[in-house]
Amino acid sequence: MTAVLPVEPPIHFRDLVAAEWIKLRSQRSTPWMLAIAAVVVTGSAVVAAHADYANFPRYSPADRLTHSFSLSDAFPLAGGLMLMVIAASTGAATIVGEYSSGLIRTTTVAVPARGPVVLAKAVMTATFWTLAGAIICAVSFAVSQAILDGRHAGVSITSPGAFTAFVGATLLAPVCAVVGLGLGVLIRHSIATTVTAIVTLVMLPIFLSTQHRLTAEIHHAMVFSAWQRLTEAYGPPEVESAHVQAGQLIPGLYPSLSEAWISYAAWPLVALLLAVLVVRRRDV
Amino acid sequence: MVATPSAPGIRPGSYNHGRLHTGGTTVHGPTTHRGGGRHCWRVIDVNGLTKRYGAKTAVDNLSFTVRPGHVTGFLGPNGAGKTTTMRVILGLDAPTTGTTTVGGVPFRSHRRELRHAGALLDAQQVHGGRSATAHLWALARSNGIPRRRVTEVLDEVGLTDVAGQRVGGYSLGMKQRLGIAAALLGDPPVLVFDEPVNGMDPEGVLWVRRLFRRLAAEGRTVLLSSHLMSEMANTADELVVIGRGRLIAAEPVHSFAARSTRPSVAVRTPQADELATLLTAAGAQVERSGPACLVIVGLPAERIAELAFDNKILLHELTVRTGSLEEAFMRLTADSIEYPAGLPG
Repeated sequence: MTAVLPVEPPIHFRDLVAAEWIKLRSQRSTPWMLAIAAVVVTGSAVVAAHADYANFPRYSPADRLTHSFSLSDAFPLAGGLMLMVIAASTGAATIVGEYSSGLIRTTTVAVPARGPVVLAKAVMTATFWTLAGAIICAVSFAVSQAILDGRHAGVSITSPGAFTAFVGATLLAPVCAVVGLGLGVLIRHSIATTVTAIVTLVMLPIFLSTQHRLTAEIHHAMVFSAWQRLTEAYGPPEVESAHVQAGQLIPGLYPSLSEAWISYAAWPLVALLLAVLVVRRRDV
Repeated sequence: MVATPSAPGIRPGSYNHGRLHTGGTTVHGPTTHRGGGRHCWRVIDVNGLTKRYGAKTAVDNLSFTVRPGHVTGFLGPNGAGKTTTMRVILGLDAPTTGTTTVGGVPFRSHRRELRHAGALLDAQQVHGGRSATAHLWALARSNGIPRRRVTEVLDEVGLTDVAGQRVGGYSLGMKQRLGIAAALLGDPPVLVFDEPVNGMDPEGVLWVRRLFRRLAAEGRTVLLSSHLMSEMANTADELVVIGRGRLIAAEPVHSFAARSTRPSVAVRTPQADELATLLTAAGAQVERSGPACLVIVGLPAERIAELAFDNKILLHELTVRTGSLEEAFMRLTADSIEYPAGLPG
């Protein structure tokens, strides 16, 4: 028997990633989703920046001097939410689409190593959304600050917090996409996955009070809270705490910077870990 | 190696011929086995397989072997457990007890499989938004199979002209062809098809029959399921028949036919009682199907006529009935318990 046994061709993980890229590329919804994300996210930055541009003359001299709204105009709430929803649902679609069509069986027969298939999808999804997020966020930043420069209220990427905000805004897309993918593997049903992803990523932080210790801890562990801290949604931390002291803001909205980065890393990793563990044991 | 036919299309090792250059090293693909050994690595072995879904037992202590060089028909009525068995063979579902191996190892022990085995489980299970080319290219890429192989298999199944169109617009027959193309991508020695003929037009049925026979003639193991005996009778050389998850028969088609299609003779005579006694004495099994009608099994028509003539019994009718393979299959699967595996009927 040993004489007959063939030599296995070498196994390359990159072949799996390349195959996933072919699948994503050949899906007609991909360019549409990307276009919608790009238009809505950059558009919301234009709207936010233009609003502050228009209102600028009515601001107090102190506010005009600090213009602490500049960063959050580059990465406003509407755009962030939209990016979360689109990235999470397209991330989920890379696997849920296979489950709902039954293509997963063909995929699994072709590549019985199920864990690497999920990881390949994660690598491809994360890479795709990191690049897409970076381009979209760079445009958002550049355009919004160009508008605010008209009031001498723009910031440059080297300003304090600006680069962190850019990276945080960019990575929101791959983080949500990979969480969506992990949930998709676990849930397998298209609508249930999308709803779960949106509830977990977007809505849960709204339900969690920051007034109580426990719920505040959970709130701080959320991807959305991390994004708010990284992009300085309520202004730089010192401005935020000033607003809190003045009674204009609820206290405890911001997690610490390190908490924010940990959330960004932990959510996709835990989602992937669970997905890989489950997919290896379950009947396809 | 089984002789390679000169007909166009897919031949063993037709795309790798033992040459698969990766990073300067030459790798032998599974289809290029050398040394003239036997086909042990092509055999599908199902050993004591039981698969339960909750309280429902889909497959019950099933054992059979599928050997290379034949088209093996996997038959059973709907719900007999064919698809479940194939899913376990292909590593999609884990067996509750028992084992299945392909080429002596569990399917899942390979990390890439298209070069070892190809399968078509359900032709509808494709992404409707993709083109046939993209679907096949993604599969090929995951297994490190070169791009030109996609063109080859598309040509083989006759989908070249529509390869760029969305699969969602394909007819079921075209999707079956696409599924067969996917199974052939890795030029594998083992092929498994679940109901591949469904939805095909007569021309497609003839094509697929010839293809299966050629793949088997090339020394491959070909397992295909159907719930239609008539289809299998024209395609398969070997049969595995199951009912309610249990094995009913595993043997060549001709021996299944020989023992299960019992020819009978229908006789109409006014002296039915007299003839029945005579025939029973001569060793036949006689059944009354009406006041003047008998159905006789176990004696040829000539012998019945002779006996009647010798005893001056008037016959109004003497008809030889040959049971079809389809009838035999229906009879066997109607009650699987009474026809245990391997026992002559």
